[in-house]
Amino acid sequence: MQIKILRSDTNTHQLYSLPAGEIPLLNALTYIKETQDATLTFSAGCRASVCGTCAVRVNGREELACAYKVKPGDVIEPLQYHPVLRDLKVDKQKAKETLAKSTAWLQSAQEATLTHNDEKFTEKQTDCILCDACYSACPVYAVNPDFLGPFALTRAYRYTSDKREANVKATIDNIQSNGVWDCTLCGECTAVCPKGIDPKMDITMLRGTSLQHGHSDPSFATQSFGTPDFGFDPNGGF
Amino acid sequence: MVDVLIIGSGGAGLTAALAAKEAGASVLVVGKSSPTTSQTSMAQGGINAALGNAGEDHISSHIADTIKSAHGLCDEDMVRKMCADAPETIAWLNEIGVPFSRLDNNAQGKNSVAQRQMGGASAKRACYAQDYTGLKILHTLYDTCLKENIDFLEEHYLLNLIVKDDIVKGATFLNIRSGEVVQIDAKSVVMATGGYGALYHGNTTNTYGSTGDGVAAVLRAGGAVSDMEFIQFHPTALKHSAILISESARGEGGYLVNEKGERFVDELKPRDEVARAIFAQISEGQRVFLDVRHLGEEKLMELLPQEVELCKMHEHVDPATELIPIKPVAHYTMGGIDVDYALEVTGIKGCFAVGECSNAKVHGANRLGGNSLLEIVAFGRFAGENAYKHSIYASSKPAEQTQKEKDRSEIEALFTQENVQSFYPYREALGNLFYEKVGIVRENAQLNEALEEVISMQVSQKTLGIADKSRTDNQNLTDFLEFKNALLLAPTIISSAIARDESRGAHFKTGFEAENDALKKHIVLQWKRED
Repeated sequence: MQIKILRSDTNTHQLYSLPAGEIPLLNALTYIKETQDATLTFSAGCRASVCGTCAVRVNGREELACAYKVKPGDVIEPLQYHPVLRDLKVDKQKAKETLAKSTAWLQSAQEATLTHNDEKFTEKQTDCILCDACYSACPVYAVNPDFLGPFALTRAYRYTSDKREANVKATIDNIQSNGVWDCTLCGECTAVCPKGIDPKMDITMLRGTSLQHGHSDPSFATQSFGTPDFGFDPNGGF
Repeated sequence: MVDVLIIGSGGAGLTAALAAKEAGASVLVVGKSSPTTSQTSMAQGGINAALGNAGEDHISSHIADTIKSAHGLCDEDMVRKMCADAPETIAWLNEIGVPFSRLDNNAQGKNSVAQRQMGGASAKRACYAQDYTGLKILHTLYDTCLKENIDFLEEHYLLNLIVKDDIVKGATFLNIRSGEVVQIDAKSVVMATGGYGALYHGNTTNTYGSTGDGVAAVLRAGGAVSDMEFIQFHPTALKHSAILISESARGEGGYLVNEKGERFVDELKPRDEVARAIFAQISEGQRVFLDVRHLGEEKLMELLPQEVELCKMHEHVDPATELIPIKPVAHYTMGGIDVDYALEVTGIKGCFAVGECSNAKVHGANRLGGNSLLEIVAFGRFAGENAYKHSIYASSKPAEQTQKEKDRSEIEALFTQENVQSFYPYREALGNLFYEKVGIVRENAQLNEALEEVISMQVSQKTLGIADKSRTDNQNLTDFLEFKNALLLAPTIISSAIARDESRGAHFKTGFEAENDALKKHIVLQWKRED
């Protein structure tokens, strides 16, 4: 079986041959590096879909290399909207800065009675492994590189909906600019998340919470439509 | 010069950083990858604390269980400290926002945290977040580090500690992105660099990077390592990929069966006993399976969602309806950097070690499930605080550049070396050699063969090197440096195993199947100084 991998030094796709049989892409990359081409560069960690290191694009779609089974003719490329350091290895620094900008953490802890239902309420959101697949799939970055983006907003949602949070407004205030209203609700992030997280829904919920805290959709405000009283924006923020 | 330099950005490093910063230190966390990619994310089952949320439990029972499992090789004072600190540790994790699984008991704070049974525990003691406990603790710690403005330096690979007159002065690193060798001066250093389970390459649940870099650096710098022969084999890794299936699968009621469908061991015994029982079945030609079908799909998805997904993906079995093929593989290294009561490294003042890289003598000959996450947080805080205290009175005179220059020329030599042979086949061979001859059941003749093979690999190392000569982002180079560390540690494990003519906990030797009181002691290794 043959696959193509985008090499950064030539900016061309290089063809590699693999033995037939079902193997995870990460094993294929390791095999190539060990036996054919020691210069092929990628990131790898746990092999078990939990460290978030190995996300790449396969035929234009984000996948964890350790979880994706290679098929003949696959085209492997690095994540989008991340500076490529070498081959499939990207710089995640700028993407990660969205976490600090969103202040996605527990601002001020308070005592709370938490139940099984409370656990379930944000169980999925806390499965996030920061693989950056959603960031790479998000089309907003093509026009706004400063967008806070799906994973940071999902994390902001996870903390602002935690009963232990005494100061929800602090985080909500920090996700207005380049934040919840800049999302187009296209759902690409949701489609590619290897953990089944739905950032689109989380962002929709955050819009509702933002309205409750006195914020409004800036596109509505400038068009003088008044303050909408619903969380879902049919115009998708445009 | 930074007050506290923390090397390693897993759960232990992040906790130490938060504690040191809270105490008043300037802190820098340096890691070879990024903070949330560490091995901590792979811890699944839980974190122990005698909270008694799910039935009666006492700190004294937690202490007794831990001591029993350690088979005489723990320091009981350290065990007492860790177990007594456990409830407060959970309270702190709850306060920073860890999304624990919860009971419907109308309680507040740590008292509503759900707890499950793990092997070797006399109560439901492991606090958990589904089967993502490590991931969710790690990410919450990271979020808290961002909140507290902790400084990070990612993709810096530890080369060597800088030690003068037995006092740590800092460390040298390879900046993986630029290829430069850099020196970071520090008043105190915390090693939080993880274990050496990746020596068992291909036969371990561990991430590729668990190559014992910090343990090797301490050895090179004149510090001591101990109990290196004690390596825990996890009973249930997926047969074909060595991916971990949490002990909580058995804690929640899963069975181990052979191909005849017979159960052959009490599944809730400590890991060493269960792993040996499985190994015995496999040695008789039996295939061994984990059976969780009777738990039902709903319960599996509720309690073990990650396991269900991993089984489907990597083994093509649906745990709700099919048996899961498993085998025991290397999982955790109890031994490591030898430390005292303050977690300060034996032989290097001002250098502390915490987590899997250290041997704080709380796990002894066999670690209990749920005690490693506890150790990294409870002792992570302790290490951070102690490192800060040392930094207050430490000299602020910058270290000399000699180590950096030496490291730079060694790296340079790898680029100019010609006719190099690939080390990758050796990495694989080392992993298989260790699994076969330094594995679950050991034997002196095989251990001696393994030692000879390792020594011959060390001799061949001179002809091994890097084929990729790129100065920047050279993964081939870091893979090689990791392999060199693994190869440096290999003889310490084997020679300790040879010296231990007995069976104790995870170390089981044919011909010496009982514990020998004369060997109820730690084997401590330290390199002789050149001068």
